[in-house]
Amino acid sequence: MSRTIFRNGTVLTAEGPVNADVEVAEGAVVAIGAVASVGDDVRELDCDGLWVGPGFVDIHTHLREPGHEYKEDTESASRVAAAGGYTSIVAMPNTDPVIDSGHLVRYTIERGREVGLLEVASAGCVTAGRAGEKLAHLDDLWAAGVRMFTDDGDVVADAGLLRRAMEYLAQLGGVVAQHAIDPGLARGGHMHEGPVASGLGMYAIPSAAETVVVARDIELVRLTGCNYHVQHISAAPTVELVAAAKQEGLPVTAEVTPHHLAFTDGDVGATDPAFKMMPPLRSEADRTALVAGLKSGVIDVVATDHAPHADHEKDVPFEHAPNGVIGLEWAAAVVNDRVGLDPVRFFEAMSVKPAAIARIAGQGHWLAAGAPANVTVFDPNGITEVQHSRSKSRNAPYFGRQYAGAVTYTMYAGAMTYEESGVLV
Amino acid sequence: MNHLLTTQDLDRDQLTMLLDTADGMVSLLERDIAKAPTLRGKTVATMFFEPSTRTKLSFDKAAKALSADVMSFTASSSSLSKGESLKDTVLTVQALGVDLMVVRHGATGAPWRVAEWVDVPVVNAGDGAHQHPTQALLDSLTLRQHFGTLDGVKIGIVGDIRHSRVARSNVFAFATLGADITLIAPPTLLPVANSEWPVRTTSELDDALTGLDAVYLLRVQSERGGASVFPSLGEYRARFGLTAERFKRLKPDAVVLHPGPMIRGVEIDAVVADDPRALVLDQVTNGVAARMAVLYHLLGGEADV
Amino acid sequence: MKRVMDEKDVARAIRRVAHEISERNRGAGDVILVGIHTRGIPLGDRIRRELEAIEETEIPLGTLDIGLYRDDFASRPAPVIGRTDIPDAVEGRTVVLVDDVLYTGRTIRAALDALTDIGRPARIQLAVLVDRGHRELPIRADYVGKNLPTSEKERVTVHLQEIDGEEGVWIEATL
Repeated sequence: MSRTIFRNGTVLTAEGPVNADVEVAEGAVVAIGAVASVGDDVRELDCDGLWVGPGFVDIHTHLREPGHEYKEDTESASRVAAAGGYTSIVAMPNTDPVIDSGHLVRYTIERGREVGLLEVASAGCVTAGRAGEKLAHLDDLWAAGVRMFTDDGDVVADAGLLRRAMEYLAQLGGVVAQHAIDPGLARGGHMHEGPVASGLGMYAIPSAAETVVVARDIELVRLTGCNYHVQHISAAPTVELVAAAKQEGLPVTAEVTPHHLAFTDGDVGATDPAFKMMPPLRSEADRTALVAGLKSGVIDVVATDHAPHADHEKDVPFEHAPNGVIGLEWAAAVVNDRVGLDPVRFFEAMSVKPAAIARIAGQGHWLAAGAPANVTVFDPNGITEVQHSRSKSRNAPYFGRQYAGAVTYTMYAGAMTYEESGVLV
Repeated sequence: MNHLLTTQDLDRDQLTMLLDTADGMVSLLERDIAKAPTLRGKTVATMFFEPSTRTKLSFDKAAKALSADVMSFTASSSSLSKGESLKDTVLTVQALGVDLMVVRHGATGAPWRVAEWVDVPVVNAGDGAHQHPTQALLDSLTLRQHFGTLDGVKIGIVGDIRHSRVARSNVFAFATLGADITLIAPPTLLPVANSEWPVRTTSELDDALTGLDAVYLLRVQSERGGASVFPSLGEYRARFGLTAERFKRLKPDAVVLHPGPMIRGVEIDAVVADDPRALVLDQVTNGVAARMAVLYHLLGGEADV
Repeated sequence: MKRVMDEKDVARAIRRVAHEISERNRGAGDVILVGIHTRGIPLGDRIRRELEAIEETEIPLGTLDIGLYRDDFASRPAPVIGRTDIPDAVEGRTVVLVDDVLYTGRTIRAALDALTDIGRPARIQLAVLVDRGHRELPIRADYVGKNLPTSEKERVTVHLQEIDGEEGVWIEATL
């Protein structure tokens, strides 16, 4: 059986970062420390100056399978994710058909296993058909392995319905993840309400559309005690709401996307649909608050909201373009460049806490002997130039730019899935 | 200039150049044979994805006055209803052989996308509530003809500014030319987050009136949500209409402009509309001249301004 | 740069041209002067004043911008177009076009086309301050301030007080 030794990197363990070797064999981390290179069939990798930590986990990916495979599918998404340092992703349920029953959950997970490049977990809808009218079969979803429940793409607007879902899931220990955008306040809007929208004359979405939902939902957390997760947080006042809720001891967590950390409504001024997503890019003051929130931990994790759309869908006037951008491939570099986290906070935000929030058992473990061999090696001083996309789609705001930081190796279950020469299928 | 998409891209020299040429074109239009051979052999495509009569006719006339051929496309009669994308539509028209495209579209930024897809100059004839640069040119020309300059001229823009591409184009053009601008509208019709606009704002027409040299009246745009934010047209007239009584309180040499079409008895009383100080018909003539100037400068060889 | 005419030379040339116009047209009764943008206009104005002094009658002066009639529209930057205003109807009248330099003749060709779109004069004559030769079209001037043989490598510059703040005609060699 072959062994891999990651030599001399900054290794992220439960006790903190140590300068050490990491030995991997038979799908598990065997040892951390000074490892002797004895025996054949050993692959030694020089990790001097690199961070060696648990594989990244994205708890917000749109696989587009089933139903929209022309934009992306499990295989292409897995390849993109592996190149981005991910060893696990959570599939969002707004597919066609939507994932509101156990058999679609099992399908999604099994497709991930067939491709074999990382661990695919599945979220499940809160409401049947994602229609917002009655609850989905939460027990059926739970039995199939769903731990994160969301109607992502839409908000769960009916507070009474949401409360019942939260009461049910509170007993089980699941988490409700909310796409926090009030439909009335957001109606007809395409970008952030502010001076840029004012100059463009475009209908726009105020930050209040996000904060009113989160404020309301926090009341429901108080009522039910259910775990609650704010998806793709975009506005400074929402960060404050989350901070206050945490202060109070409520089980509230939050995620931020790489694009919200990197861009603002100023970037939308040219009306290029590559900058159109929901929630929209907001002001520089909001972006700064998101960066600070991620640094401090008020915002727990990075989640990409990787949302592929075909060229012909985005090559239209801004108002007609669908919302969403891709990002799995470059998330780590963008976060490193635009936020600049220390290695512990970095792996916490990219791996450990996402796995904890989504309850993915085999992922997000600080490296230790016996831990599963899901390892990502990251070069904080490397350069990632965004020129090509491994995804089926190309709808990203990053093209033509470069970011400090690069994924060097991705290893899933002891087998290398990505290295400099490319994704290893 | 490669394209004319927004007045925000035009500096004072460029605006002045266009206005000067437009003046030259006015004199052409005053002749018996109001035609010159300048654009002979060129084809101008007018692509109106949003309905329009006056602007389309104005561009049509402008192109023909310079002897260009006109190819006319309107959304209702088109392939768009068969599911063809905007991109394919403009590429098809380009392949038919055109030298310039005039585009009006309901979606903000559409002319910018068209400019990315085609190899010919693009003129924005109105995109969403964003820009309508040739309107700003003809309005600037009309004011300049009357006052000699726009420097220091006190202009009040009245009405549904929030949803108005005419207002957005005019504000930036007038400001670049040195005018002093006040936006007058109820709070629901002032632009949101407008603190960076080069204007002052008020919701009291009566206070602002007596200091103005020019009153620019916008239409109440029911098709763009304007009427739905106002209780009734009668209420609109009472608070923001240029009534005969308000007209009397203007400075004796103040003028009135309106982009058309006017709804007499709402934004403007009939007797005011017919007064010689209402320059609406001059605006229409100047519209053809301004558009001729734009076509001339965009289709001229290797222009570097 | 060589100055070939100074202010006095220009003034004398203009006076002589005005006399020739008067003589050729037996008084200036049906003459309309039309100055071609840009420097033809102040020149036309000066000729007018001389003529009005000679004939003791008012002579109409119009302006003509030929920019819309050029034959090189597509290949050179498009300059600003000035106003074309001719105060009287040209039908049956003698139009005297006025320009500063006559060279290839293409400007005059454009001016003739423009005038034809304006009306049908009985005759059209041409007055220029300088004729520098090298015609590319069969066009000639009726009244010439100064004949100035030049080579195509030279540039002729006319400056007039009203536009340039100084007065004179210069020749310079270009490379």
